[in-house]
Amino acid sequence: MSDVILETRGLTKEFKGFTAVADVNLKVERGSIHALIGPNGAGKTTVFNLVTKFLPPTAGSIHFNGQDITHEPPALTARRGFIRSFQISATFPHLTVLENVRIGLQRKLGTEFHFWKSAKTLNRLNDEAMALLEAVDLGSFAATMTSEMPYGRKRALEIATTLALEPEMMLLDEPTQGMGHEDIERVVELIRKVSANRTILMVEHNLSVVAHLCHRITVLTRGSVLAEGSYEEVSKNPQVLEAYVGSDNMNDAHH
Amino acid sequence: MNAPAAFPESKMPLLLGVLFAIGLVAPYAVYPTFLMKILCYALFACAFNLLLGFVGLLSFGHAAFLGTAGYVCGMVVRDIGLTPELGILAGTVAAGLLGWLFGWLAIKRTGIYFAMITLALAQMVFFLCVQIKETGGEDGLQGVPRGHLLGVIDLSDNIAMYYLVYAIFCCGFFVIYRTIHSPFGQILKAIRENEPRAISLGYDVTKFKLIAFTISAALAGTAGATKTLVFQLASLTDVHWHASGEVVLMTLLGGLGTILGPIVGAATIVSLQTQLADSVGSWVTVIMGVIFVLCVLAFRRGMVGELQSLIKRSGVN
Ligand SMILES: Nc1ncnc2c1ncn2[C@@H]1O[C@H](COP(=O)(O)OP(=O)(O)OP(=O)(O)O)[C@@H](O)[C@H]1O
Ligand SMILES: [Mg+2]
Repeated sequence: MSDVILETRGLTKEFKGFTAVADVNLKVERGSIHALIGPNGAGKTTVFNLVTKFLPPTAGSIHFNGQDITHEPPALTARRGFIRSFQISATFPHLTVLENVRIGLQRKLGTEFHFWKSAKTLNRLNDEAMALLEAVDLGSFAATMTSEMPYGRKRALEIATTLALEPEMMLLDEPTQGMGHEDIERVVELIRKVSANRTILMVEHNLSVVAHLCHRITVLTRGSVLAEGSYEEVSKNPQVLEAYVGSDNMNDAHH
Repeated sequence: MNAPAAFPESKMPLLLGVLFAIGLVAPYAVYPTFLMKILCYALFACAFNLLLGFVGLLSFGHAAFLGTAGYVCGMVVRDIGLTPELGILAGTVAAGLLGWLFGWLAIKRTGIYFAMITLALAQMVFFLCVQIKETGGEDGLQGVPRGHLLGVIDLSDNIAMYYLVYAIFCCGFFVIYRTIHSPFGQILKAIRENEPRAISLGYDVTKFKLIAFTISAALAGTAGATKTLVFQLASLTDVHWHASGEVVLMTLLGGLGTILGPIVGAATIVSLQTQLADSVGSWVTVIMGVIFVLCVLAFRRGMVGELQSLIKRSGVN
């Protein structure tokens, strides 16, 4: 494998005796779109929580750009340019759409602790924020209160906010979940667009999305890695087919 | 960035201007001591609201900051002979330091655990104040002189004292207003709205909360120190958990998370207490309890909050 951006070694997480993630050795190649798939409860979200430091691992280590980040606080990991999203949409509902993106942009001004300055000093970020919103087709929603946005649009906003940080690597937890056909297509296009010059690790249940978008796939069941490879390799693996009881899905995805 | 601003937000500067003017002439219409009491509690409630309304942290120990600052101010003014402005400064700094310590111990906990730790710490402060002799025990610190502001203006004159209290209140209010409407305040709102997301964007949320807690405690201290000068007394009532409860009530009644709510709430409660103390005696406590229950059950947005949503709704129609 060439250039690895994220690596886990023996990553394990136990919840009161129940092993949610067991000895996962994951390597994500720089610049790729990597999918993490598996049935419900396989431990995908837990892996996300571990690598982004939202949960401490029971055992194992996490390396980002060759550095051991296992024991650093989550905000610090984020500041390395390693940004996650959440399974349920993560926006700031009572801020406007523009303000949401500005929260992402604000950190680089270095004034986030300046309680004596006027919030008007943030207006100089507006152009940049608008550009990000345009990039995800949300330009016309800038002044809308985020809580009033349709679900699919919220996910796009989430991606725009993440992009504001110019992350080196993005984690997306089921970005198309609960979406209609049109929204899915829009988000897939968006992910493809933003994957230029970055690495993406995503959890995705929709296998046609995985087939069309992802370079490499890791299949997780009951906390362990069952298979890994390209979509072609993984979808022919009999164990994988078995794990997906409705194994037809796996083949359908191509069409 | 022109959000369809709600009416109260857009007319805010005008409203604040009018209120400011009212505050300037008020002592010629109403008994100044009564007004000063309201202003002290209003500042206390505004400081508390910064934390609960804008960060979502429920502190049940804010009396510790009000009371400690009162004692510190009383001691340095009466026993060391410092001028009143230095007394208030000393009280503010003491409360800020205590707040930082409380915050540092409590901030990693959330929800009810946070509230419980702040309550426990405040009770420790209370017992300490009961025990040590410097606070004067049950009698409190009596006979704190108001002194001369900057060594010049005689504050024993109630009108002069009023304008000092008013100026302090306005400064405190401005600090809070500015904090809420600052780059820092913007992140506080983000944390209140969605803490995990704020973390995932790289913000060290405990640091933000700790700063907000310290600001809130310091300003609660400003209120307590000022109150000591007004009444020339620092006593156990201000460190008692009753005071912590009262400030919760004032904030909820006025309107949690609104700019003016705590002021309205403080004015209402202080007026009620003053009015009722003569007529119904100790039933005041029961009446306060009923108000509290009504507030929580019937109008959760508080007086200012309900008014705002009323105006908003009529604006939409
Ligand atoms: N905080 C927790 N405490 C206890 N058990 C947990 C916790 N978080 C997750 N689990 C358990 O760990 C297992 C893996 O959960 P996880 O959310 O990682 O699955 P997932 O693969 O993301 O599933 P889904 O596809 O439904 O999102 C589940 O059995 C879940 O109940
Ligand atoms: Mg999940």
